[in-house]
Amino acid sequence: MKFSILVSEGPYQHQASDSAYLFTKAALEKGHEIFRVFFYHDGVNNASRLTVPPQDDRHIVNRWAELGKKYNLDLVVCIAAAQRRGMLDEKEAKRQGKNADNLNEGFRISGLGQLIEAGIQADRLVEFGD
Amino acid sequence: MSEEIKKKFLYVNRKAPYGTIYALESLEVVLIGAAFDQDVSLAFVDDGVYQLKKDQDTSLSEMKNFSPTYRALGDYDVNKLFVEKESLEARGLTLDDLMNLTYEDEDDDWAEKSSIHVITRSELAKLMEEQDVILSF
Repeated sequence: MKFSILVSEGPYQHQASDSAYLFTKAALEKGHEIFRVFFYHDGVNNASRLTVPPQDDRHIVNRWAELGKKYNLDLVVCIAAAQRRGMLDEKEAKRQGKNADNLNEGFRISGLGQLIEAGIQADRLVEFGD
Repeated sequence: MSEEIKKKFLYVNRKAPYGTIYALESLEVVLIGAAFDQDVSLAFVDDGVYQLKKDQDTSLSEMKNFSPTYRALGDYDVNKLFVEKESLEARGLTLDDLMNLTYEDEDDDWAEKSSIHVITRSELAKLMEEQDVILSF
């Protein structure tokens, strides 16, 4: 089956991202396809390169990025939700006149149309949120 | 590329308009989604019914009052707004407390019609059953 995943909550604050990750990983291991993982609301913070969790805890951002690399996943962060929360890629930081960017490797920033398309193209869109 | 597929999308709005950002960001998805020519419905349940309350005034809380944006939905062919009857009643609200949201029906000589439909919880369950994609906010 072809799934799309929507992550609507931030890392550590809420378990939604953990559940989404474990679901995505399990689906891929069972041979299913993940069309796209879309990060919205505080879920955009799952892509912050500056995340530094305690060493004895899971690293949620790196974990997503590694899964993405292994399976060539399309990890998309909503641009509108990202900008109001201070999440910028290099290009957008330059455009906004900011001296730093914080989007982790393996993620890309794009528009909400990507979420709608994810719903249209997948057999199931599964949302993880509150 | 995706224009040939038409799916039934339901946006479920469950939260009050200003305590959290869910309502505002839900509306942003609906507006962008309107460009995709899908079969779109919106549901308002629990505190989500407050999103459609008329005469919203956010000046003292310094939040942005985005409620006028709901009036634009009709122009985007988003004209199926379902409000759960039980949620209204539990909050002492009636249809008269909600904004008058309308659209012009092109199949009926552009007659102005209400976009808001009050339905029961069991009718809403049936509506959900019919959907292809449900986004919950």
